[in-house]
Amino acid sequence: MRYLTARKRAEGKGAAGTGTEHLWYMKMSGVGLALIIPVFLVAFGRTLGGSRAEVLESLAHPAMAIVTGLVIFFGLRHFAAGAQTMIEDYSHGTTRRALIIAVTVLSYGMIATGLFALAKIAL
Amino acid sequence: MAETREVERPLSPHLQVYRPQLTSITSILTRITGNALVVAALLIVWWLLAASTSDAYFELADAVLTSWFGDLVLTLSLWAVWYHYLAGLRHLYFDAGKGMDIPTAEKLGWGCIIGSVALTVITLLLV
Repeated sequence: MRYLTARKRAEGKGAAGTGTEHLWYMKMSGVGLALIIPVFLVAFGRTLGGSRAEVLESLAHPAMAIVTGLVIFFGLRHFAAGAQTMIEDYSHGTTRRALIIAVTVLSYGMIATGLFALAKIAL
Repeated sequence: MAETREVERPLSPHLQVYRPQLTSITSILTRITGNALVVAALLIVWWLLAASTSDAYFELADAVLTSWFGDLVLTLSLWAVWYHYLAGLRHLYFDAGKGMDIPTAEKLGWGCIIGSVALTVITLLLV
């Protein structure tokens, strides 16, 4: 049996249990998204409203497909990490864990669906 | 021996204990807009899946996204993106330890509100 003092267990972890990893991820994904979101908004806004053939042609363009894929992946991971912070602020125990699992599953499910659709269109 | 049981830690102070201030409202809006954007993300991912599947499926999803209700949700989401964008940059600035005095923080708050509306209008004009 290992003898661990309270300090030893707490050191470097903080209340979140993961140190500053979560905060840093939010900052870095936020900066990354800040670079591509303006491009995506205009490109997507121009694509939306066209016929299916026009939409498929627009999304199949390499730059459009890459930017859309990046926005889907990092946008939804940034969402899940941010939503987790909110959940951790306002709920405890089992509710907290269940909500975090739900948000994580939702975000990865949407990422997989979005990237699958994008691959099917662009390739 | 250190105890391993889970301790009841305090939750964040709830919103109702504060008098609304520009700085707190603009901070809360960052969280609301960020989380609300999942609705637009769901719609767009669904629309992409439909576009990749068939003409009939695309017609259905496209009809929802381009209906007046879809337009309303996506336009509000566009504002939400821009708001969250500016407020996020403001948070990075705060994190660097700058702009924390009340006059500057309030100016930045107005910057987020006015800037997000302006950027929404510009984006709508561009698309």
